[in-house]
Amino acid sequence: MADQQHLEHAPHSHVTPLYVYFTVFFALAIGTLLTWYASTIDLQEWNTPVALIIATIKAVLVILFFMHVKYSTRLTWVVVVASFLWLGVLFVLTFADYLTRGWLMK
Amino acid sequence: MSDLALGNEHHHHHPFLQHHFEDLGQQHEASTLGMWMFLCTEILFFGGILCAYWIYRVMYPEAWAVAAELQNKLYGGLNTIVLIISSLTMALAVRAAQVGSRMWQLGMLFATLIFGSVFLAVKGIEYSMHWHEGLFPGSHFTWHEHPAVAQKVQLFMCFYWGLTGLHALHMIIGAGLLLWIIGRAWRNDFGPEYYAPVEIMGLYWHFVDIVWIFLFPFLYLIHGVHHG
Repeated sequence: MADQQHLEHAPHSHVTPLYVYFTVFFALAIGTLLTWYASTIDLQEWNTPVALIIATIKAVLVILFFMHVKYSTRLTWVVVVASFLWLGVLFVLTFADYLTRGWLMK
Repeated sequence: MSDLALGNEHHHHHPFLQHHFEDLGQQHEASTLGMWMFLCTEILFFGGILCAYWIYRVMYPEAWAVAAELQNKLYGGLNTIVLIISSLTMALAVRAAQVGSRMWQLGMLFATLIFGSVFLAVKGIEYSMHWHEGLFPGSHFTWHEHPAVAQKVQLFMCFYWGLTGLHALHMIIGAGLLLWIIGRAWRNDFGPEYYAPVEIMGLYWHFVDIVWIFLFPFLYLIHGVHHG
């Protein structure tokens, strides 16, 4: 949706159209209502994944549009992606331990 | 490439261009990058606590579901909406600086400060309620509706007070930074050429919003198996 010519090394000048901010806002509000509603119904083992997926989508929307990462330099992208990569390492390695502790007993 | 041509156009020295940067564009990119480096440490800081939270949630799923039922979902949900609105007004404040509107900038920054304060006020009401319900960990913890899981509920409340407390601390720091940015916007420091501090303020504010986006379902909305 963004004007492509602004993406590459525009010094500091990408002005996001107002409708983008309002669309993202409404998506975030709907996501909040959805995550509340999803918690009131029994989805068996899917309640937690659904809550996580909605929260992740909301976070990505905020990062891309409110935090302007969509229009940022590649170096900024590297730092943002690296942040979540390390967060992933933290969780995956920790749970590779905790979730498998009972397996040896069986 | 085009930077050279751009640099030649600007013979005057912008008052906020620091001497070690080529131009305001480079300065802005350096500021943004530096802020993201800091936010990376913040993501891992909150991430570490959330990882501990998930370890215990996996170990004691029933206690976690019972404890989440003790939270005020209405206040939590209302606060989520309030924080999202404050993120919108913050984004609009950055945009107002980009297009050089001092009036909208001040209005949106002030609105962000107001919504942030509403969030903290609601949080304060919740804290007071939990305190009187005996849900503060330690010797004040007197809640024992379900004695079988009371100790684990207390553990959940450690995470609740710790996580929301650190989040509220970030909000208070954010409100202080907002006051400073409002002061500078009042002096008309920002415009299309130079608005990096407003942008950085926005990055911080939105990050704090993202933390809450995860805290709300993690602390308020756990669907308990036995609750149907």
